[in-house]
Amino acid sequence: MKAQTLYDKLWNAHVVRQEADGTALIYIDRHLVHEVTSPQAFEGLKLAGRRLWRTASILAVADHNVPTTGRAQGISDPIARLQVETLDSNCAEFGVNEFKMNDVRQGIVHVIGPEQGATLPGMTVVCGDSHTSTHGAFAALAFGIGTSEVEHVMATQCLLMKKSKAMQVVVEGALHKGVTAKDIALAVIGKIGTAGGTGYAIEFAGSAIRGLSMEGRMTVCNMAIEAGARAGMIAADDTTINYLKGRPFAPQGEVWDKAVAYWNTLHSDDGARFDQVIKLDAASIRPQVTWGTSPEMVVAVDGRVPDPSTMSDAVKRDAAARALQYMGLVANTPITEINIDKVFIGSCTNARIEDMRAAAAIAKGRHIAANVKLAMVVPGSGLVKRQAEQEGLDKIFIAAGFEWREPGCSMCLAMNDDRLSSGERCASTSNRNFEGRQGQGGRTHLVSPEMAAAAAIAGHFVDVSKL
Amino acid sequence: MQKFIVFDGVVMPLDRANVDTDAIIPKQFLKSIKRSGFGPNLFDEWRYLDHGEPGRDNFGRPLNPDFVLNQSRYQGAQILLARENFGCGSSREHAPWALEDYGFRAIIAPSFADIFFNNCFKNGLLPIRLDVDKVDALFKAVETNVGYKLAIDLEQQTISAPDGKVYKFEVESFRKHCLLNGLDDIGLTLQHVHEIKAHEAKHRAAQPWLFA
Repeated sequence: MKAQTLYDKLWNAHVVRQEADGTALIYIDRHLVHEVTSPQAFEGLKLAGRRLWRTASILAVADHNVPTTGRAQGISDPIARLQVETLDSNCAEFGVNEFKMNDVRQGIVHVIGPEQGATLPGMTVVCGDSHTSTHGAFAALAFGIGTSEVEHVMATQCLLMKKSKAMQVVVEGALHKGVTAKDIALAVIGKIGTAGGTGYAIEFAGSAIRGLSMEGRMTVCNMAIEAGARAGMIAADDTTINYLKGRPFAPQGEVWDKAVAYWNTLHSDDGARFDQVIKLDAASIRPQVTWGTSPEMVVAVDGRVPDPSTMSDAVKRDAAARALQYMGLVANTPITEINIDKVFIGSCTNARIEDMRAAAAIAKGRHIAANVKLAMVVPGSGLVKRQAEQEGLDKIFIAAGFEWREPGCSMCLAMNDDRLSSGERCASTSNRNFEGRQGQGGRTHLVSPEMAAAAAIAGHFVDVSKL
Repeated sequence: MQKFIVFDGVVMPLDRANVDTDAIIPKQFLKSIKRSGFGPNLFDEWRYLDHGEPGRDNFGRPLNPDFVLNQSRYQGAQILLARENFGCGSSREHAPWALEDYGFRAIIAPSFADIFFNNCFKNGLLPIRLDVDKVDALFKAVETNVGYKLAIDLEQQTISAPDGKVYKFEVESFRKHCLLNGLDDIGLTLQHVHEIKAHEAKHRAAQPWLFA
């Protein structure tokens, strides 16, 4: 049989039927739902008198709009509150399993799916959120969809789509101290650009990827969408399987053994053909810091803000000049001389237990700088928060001057009250540095949790590998 | 869904690359539980000089005179001319809802982000990919001709310019069929209930743990 990529295997196992032009009907195994992109889908179902095709495939949680403080008082913003209440009532009406705001299992949808074992190898996983690519870390085919497609999956358990091209990103070698999965992701985006993966599904491979924990692999796949790829994925191995064992939604007993046998086949075959292969040397990656308003505008921490006048491509030059103006930066400034006002450690990219530990290790015994107005740590789920507290990480953060918050998307997209004011500069472990993303006029620099914690302590960016 | 027929419309140029969905419709408007009414907040942070919030009356807010959407020559535009990687970022369908609600029927750009591209078709909005040099030529033409219009014919897959130039564009046949006929995807898929059920049964037998 012809050598297959992991993507081929996942795709082929889910094709229900195919049109002459290649448009296929793809079966969906897991549907994650949150409050922002689902109300119109539920409404559409009701208006058409349709029911859910397979209710048990859905897991729902409110994450985008929830407050990260004072949960006991509920949500003060009436429009946000209505949206969360609408999710609650839709889930109750349709019998959908939902983790409510004050359930300890509540958290960011892309953190809780894997944490619960609701994301399994071999699955197709969708959610009305572009960072669904995160779940590909489990050798799943996972991608974000729009609200019309959310409704389509609810009603039919399927999606209409064409197969993407296949890209392999190979990262070989050992990472230097202080270099993380986040830096790999940003370095890849810096290399191929935010549209480099458009039209592709990316498989991340190589010894540096295999050497990552599941948390790290999720960080890498999470950022696949920032490279333009709807889906990112990584082959299943012992790290994957050990992570899943014993999780609430994972199979048990004989079924577990049968599942593991199948999961062990979920890798690209030797000689499988990719439409494009990108190679990176892990040892060449330095801690990364974005300087502009697109994740591809990124340099190593020992670099400088680039000079648009040296760029030959007119579109890139205009974009860089516009970005420097928005960011309030001067060309050729060393990255380590950029002072920050706020720090955000959290998001579906970097709010798992390992991220909490990494940031706490930097914060321990130190204190945030006087010019840092706010440094907040927002764990990815109630269970991450509980685990971190059992390990005493909350006390380390609080002693260092950080705020320790309740789980949610928080200042990654600033839909709740956590946001930057105009002109404020933030070291953020999130995934997008777009204009206004963290608040109108706010200036976002994307970094790893270690780099964010180190910037909080120093008041400006520093090379965490030299601490 | 509105059927997509031949139409001609005023073209509005948005001359910047990587226009993301946060720019198209900022996050605070995503708190709505409706599909409609996003048009007045399309490009909110570029279009107005103050901060917009949902539920607030947009009439009388200070406009940014430098932003194309506020320039009189582009009023009533139905075709948006854009640069590379239009619609990157989040999967929010509020972005095409806002564009459609404002009155746009088609977007022409050298490239689009995948999820946005897909979401457009679900809402009767036609995203058209054209080569960079053709898009460049259109930007120049729009700039020099007030009231510049293009005619888009989805059936023939052509864009006709006033100077007589005709640009061919590609569109997947299945998407074209749905758009031309204003078809409901869910209704179409449900014509294949038996095939879905057969696949599901086979899938359940092979991987029973997925159905626990």
